Amino acid sequence: MSAPVQRRWRGAAALWPLAGILLLALANLIYNRQFFSLTVKDGHLSGAVVDIFENGSVCMALGLGMTLVIATGGIDLSVGSVMAIVAAVAGVLMQQGYSMTVAIAAGLGAGLLCGLVNGLLVAWARIQPIVATLVLMVAGRGIAQLITGGFQVKINNAPYNYIGNGFFLGLPLMPIIATALYLAAWLWLRRSATGLFVEATGDNETASRFAGLAAGRVKCLAYVVCGLCAAVAGIFASANITNANPLHDGLDMELDAIFAVVLGGTALSGGRFNLLGTYLGAIMLQTLTQTMYYVGVKSAVAPVPKAVLIILVCLLQSETTRRWLGGLRRKKARA
Amino acid sequence: MNTALRQRLPQMVTAAIFVLLFAAAGARYANFASAANFANLFIGNACTGITAIGMTLVIFSGGIDLSVGAVAAFTNIFVAVAVEQHGVHPLAAALAGLAIGTGFGAAMGALIHYFKQPPFLITLAGMFFARGCAHWISTDSIDIKNGFFLQFSRYAAKIGGVPVHPLPAYVFLAVFAVGYLLAQHTRFGRNLLAIGGSEQSALLMGLPVGASKIAVYALCGACAALAGLVSTLVSGGDSTYGIGMELDAIAIVVIGGTLLTGGRGHMFGTLCGFLIIGTIQAAITFDGSLSSWWTRIITGALLLAFIFFQRLLLRATQKRLSA
Repeated sequence: MSAPVQRRWRGAAALWPLAGILLLALANLIYNRQFFSLTVKDGHLSGAVVDIFENGSVCMALGLGMTLVIATGGIDLSVGSVMAIVAAVAGVLMQQGYSMTVAIAAGLGAGLLCGLVNGLLVAWARIQPIVATLVLMVAGRGIAQLITGGFQVKINNAPYNYIGNGFFLGLPLMPIIATALYLAAWLWLRRSATGLFVEATGDNETASRFAGLAAGRVKCLAYVVCGLCAAVAGIFASANITNANPLHDGLDMELDAIFAVVLGGTALSGGRFNLLGTYLGAIMLQTLTQTMYYVGVKSAVAPVPKAVLIILVCLLQSETTRRWLGGLRRKKARA
Repeated sequence: MNTALRQRLPQMVTAAIFVLLFAAAGARYANFASAANFANLFIGNACTGITAIGMTLVIFSGGIDLSVGAVAAFTNIFVAVAVEQHGVHPLAAALAGLAIGTGFGAAMGALIHYFKQPPFLITLAGMFFARGCAHWISTDSIDIKNGFFLQFSRYAAKIGGVPVHPLPAYVFLAVFAVGYLLAQHTRFGRNLLAIGGSEQSALLMGLPVGASKIAVYALCGACAALAGLVSTLVSGGDSTYGIGMELDAIAIVVIGGTLLTGGRGHMFGTLCGFLIIGTIQAAITFDGSLSSWWTRIITGALLLAFIFFQRLLLRATQKRLSA
C-alpha cells in the first residue's frame, strides 16, 4: 500500500464512528428536541452533549492507552483492575491525610508499575498478551481490596473531587484533560517517529527487529503508557463519584476500551492505529449508552445493544465480509 | 526423561501441588483433612468446575471462552423465572436452558470460525450479551418453591457422618467423566489438540476444523448452561450469578497444566487445578484471619507461576527439537 492511500484510509476510518455518532444524534433528536441545546447553569455549560463528553472521559482515557497496545499487536485486559488499584491507592492515601498531589502521584505510579509488569511479561518473558494481562486482571481486584482492607473508601478531598466534577472556563474538566492527553499523544506519536515504531512493531515484529528497532522496548513502552492511561481513568472515575470501590471501579471497562479502539478503525491484528478514531469511538459508545438510558432501557440491559453493535462492526471489518462485498462490486462492474 | 513422562510433567506437578497443599492445610487446621471436607471441595466449586471442563476443551483448540459466567447466569435466571413465574415444567425449562446455552455457544463458534475473529473478542461481546439478557429477564433474585425442583436441591447424603448436599458434585463428576472421555479417548479430542497446535496443519491434514471449532464452543456453552442449572438448584435464580467465573475457570485450566496457546493439555490436570483452587478457598475459610480477597491474589500468583513453568517447558522442548 502506498503512503498516500494509507493516509487516506486512515482519515476514512475516523469517519465511521463519526457517522455513527451523527446517526445516534439524529435518533436522539426524534425523541428529544433539546438534545443539542446547551444552557448555562451556575456559570457552566450543561446539556446532553456535555454529559456525553463528561461521562465518556473514562473510556477516552482508557482507549488512548489501549490504542497503543493494540497497535503493537497486543491487548491489555487488566485496565479495569488497574483502575480499581489506582482508585484504592489514591483513596487510602487521602483518607490518611495526604494531599491530592501525593495521592495522584502515587496513583499514577501504581498505574505505571502495573503497566510495567504487563510490559515485562509480554516483551521480556514473551508471554502472549491475553494471558499476561489476564494475571493482573484476576489478581488486580484482590490487590485493590487488600489496599483498602476490603472496604469502600469515601474521598473527601475537595481539589481531588474537583477533577471529576469541576469545570474550567465553563466546560467540564475531565474531557478537557482527556482531550489534552490525546493532543499530547498525537504530537508525541505522529510528530516524532515513535508512532511509526509502534506500528512497525505491530505489523511485523521480527522485521522491525532486523531493521534495528528495539521492538521489545516499544512493546513494553506501550503497556506502560496503557497503565498510565488506566491510572488517569481510575482517578477520573473515583473523583467523579468521590469514592473508591475496589470491587466495582472499572468493572468491565476493559471491554469498553477495546470497543472504542475497534470502533475507531484500529485493527485488532495491530500494525496501525488511529487516535482520532478511538476518541470518536469512545464518544460514540457513550452516546449509545446515553441514548439507551434516555429511551428507557434499564442500565443493566444496556450491554446487549452494545454487544450487538460491536459484533456487527467486527464482522463488517472482517476479511470474509470485505471479500464478499468486494465480489459484489466486481460483479456490478462487469455487468 | 522419556517423552511420555515429559508430556505428563505439568499434570504431575499440578497433582503434587494439590497433595502438598491439602496435606499442609490438613496439618495446620484441625478437621481439614476429613472426608466431609474433601467432599466439600467438590461440592462448593462444582459449578465453576463444570465450566472449567468445557473451557479445557476450548483452550485445547487454542481458543478461549469468556462468556461462561454470563451464560451460566442467563440459564440460572431463565430456568428460575420459567419455573416460578410461568409455571413451566422444570424438566422442560432445564432442557430449554441447556439448548439455548448450546446454541449460543455454537453461534459464537460460527462467528469465530467463519469470520476469522479473535475468540476473546467474540466471547467478550457474548459475555455482555448474555449478561444483559439475564438482567433483562429479571434483576430480582428468585426463590425456588417448585416441589419437583426442591426434591433435587434438598437431596442430602452423609459423608463421614456429616450431612451434605452432594448433587452438584455428582453432576461435576459426571461431566468430568464425559469430558475426560471426549478429550483423551475420542477423535474429537485429538482434533481439538491438533487445531490448537496448528490450525493450518490440521486443515491440511483434512481434519474437520470448522465443525470441531463450532462444536467445542457449543459444548462449552452447554457446560456453562449446565453450571447455571445446577446453581439454580443450589441457590435459586439470580442474574448477577457467576461474575468473574470465567477467570476462575481459565485459572483452573491453566493451573491444570493445559497450555493456554492450545495444542497441549490433559483433562486430568483440570481436575487437579479444580481441587487446588478449592483447597486454597477452603484453607482461607478455615483460617478465618485471612480475608477472602487473598483467594484472588493467590490464584493470580499461581497462574503466573504456571505460565512461567509452561514457558520454560516449551523452551526446553524447542531447544531439544532444534538440537
